[in-house]
Amino acid sequence: MNLTIVLQQLFNGLALGSLYGLIAIGYTMVYGVIRLINFAHGDIMMVGTYVAILSGSALFLPWWAAFIFTILATALVGVLIDKVAYKPLRNASRISSLITAIGVSFFLENLFLVIFGGVPKAFPVPAVFSGVLHEGGVILPVISIFVPLVALVFLAILMYILRNTKYGIAMRALSLDMETTRLMGANVDAIISFVFAIGSALAAAGGIFWALKYPSINPLMGIMPGLKAFAAAVLGGIGSVPGAALGGFIIGIIEVLAVAIFPPLAGYKDAFAFLLLIFVLLFKPTGIMGEDLERGRF
Amino acid sequence: MLKVRDLHVYYGVIHAVKGITFDVPEGKIVTLIGANGAGKSSTLKAVAGLVKPKGHIQFLGHEMVGRSAHKIARRGAALVPEGRHVFVNLTILENLRMGGFNKKRSELEPLYEKAFEMFPILKERANQKAGTLSGGEQQMLALARALMSEPSLLMLDEPSLGLAPKIVSEVFDIVKMLNSKGMTVLLVEQNAAQALKIAHYAYVLENGTITLEGNAKELLNNEDVRKSYLGEM
Repeated sequence: MNLTIVLQQLFNGLALGSLYGLIAIGYTMVYGVIRLINFAHGDIMMVGTYVAILSGSALFLPWWAAFIFTILATALVGVLIDKVAYKPLRNASRISSLITAIGVSFFLENLFLVIFGGVPKAFPVPAVFSGVLHEGGVILPVISIFVPLVALVFLAILMYILRNTKYGIAMRALSLDMETTRLMGANVDAIISFVFAIGSALAAAGGIFWALKYPSINPLMGIMPGLKAFAAAVLGGIGSVPGAALGGFIIGIIEVLAVAIFPPLAGYKDAFAFLLLIFVLLFKPTGIMGEDLERGRF
Repeated sequence: MLKVRDLHVYYGVIHAVKGITFDVPEGKIVTLIGANGAGKSSTLKAVAGLVKPKGHIQFLGHEMVGRSAHKIARRGAALVPEGRHVFVNLTILENLRMGGFNKKRSELEPLYEKAFEMFPILKERANQKAGTLSGGEQQMLALARALMSEPSLLMLDEPSLGLAPKIVSEVFDIVKMLNSKGMTVLLVEQNAAQALKIAHYAYVLENGTITLEGNAKELLNNEDVRKSYLGEM
């Protein structure tokens, strides 16, 4: 395999990995504050893609306004899901919330199946994102350049929020000790809502870019990226935001490279993320950047 | 400042606090002493809103029962919890920032200055994680963090727990100093001797009820108290 192909594959992996990373951040942050694996998170990404289509076709928004609207609307969906499904179970056992999350996942998938049907819809790709660059034999779709950059910008903004704003610091405090955070006069429910908003907004962004890259959407499209993003979050160290992004990149790159190196395995490409997940859980359950489970997060 | 009337705390079927009544007048140090499990911490948690009690808790003339913890904190009642509970994953400065959660940005700087003046050790380590501090330093941080909100009532739950005697007396000196500047203090302690030395008034809790109350100096000389809580035979 020559250098061009390696570069090409690395590049593809980076683009795919940043999508996983964007989605994984939502998993990891929600886990950080309420110790819940939000299995509906992949479906929130799917909701985002449908909101994006509708805001173009029904609200007639230009593409950039549709993206902003989608991110905000999906953030609101995330907050609502928490209020309706998870908040009443805040003091229940973790397994109850986990099962509820699976329930929310099935609910969203089937709700969208009923409303939009199972036939995939074409996702309109704005001309800006559909170009392809050729550079020294490497084929670079514009969208694949754009995605990792946007992912890194979002990650930088999020890290800034977590380090430098009082709500960000409160999220980190909350991830360690909810009661004491209350004693500081912080409204814990509002902070949790904010976490769901951020996670869902990033899932929506991930969904939009996913659909721009693979412009066909259906109500079950969130399942596989959601599960792989979960694997990415665990690989990076569940609860760690930079870890989630790193885990996403690693899984994206491994998935692409494995298929490039062993083409006969193409049919098993979805298995690599989970194989990796199994190894992480066997040998380093805290992941790459994770710490002791009951210590603080982010 | 704080009037507690017929306070009950239940954990499921366990009746931890069984109808206690006490007052914390402005500018005083009031202490609740008693053995482990007597209901002292539960009482503080009820006042701070961390557990939902039955009865009445009047703070600055307002009923606090049924209000959530963050609203009670905003009213000016700060609790330094048992075991300190500093945010070990945050830096010292970030811990103080959390303490002043509801302060405006412009109000924070003078409050940091005040905290660092009172606890110079915190200034040296402002950007270190709180988890790297020793137990005594963490207790100082927990106190400084509570003071960031400029509370009118400071509640301390077992501040001497697990600390070396020298640190314990430092902590009590600071509490006394704060009180001399006008801070109202509600102190819960198993270390009854130390608590009674700095307090004005004291209540003895046994199995969730108040069995004895009086001026701290009197209780310090009370034979029952000496026997049960001061370790004299």
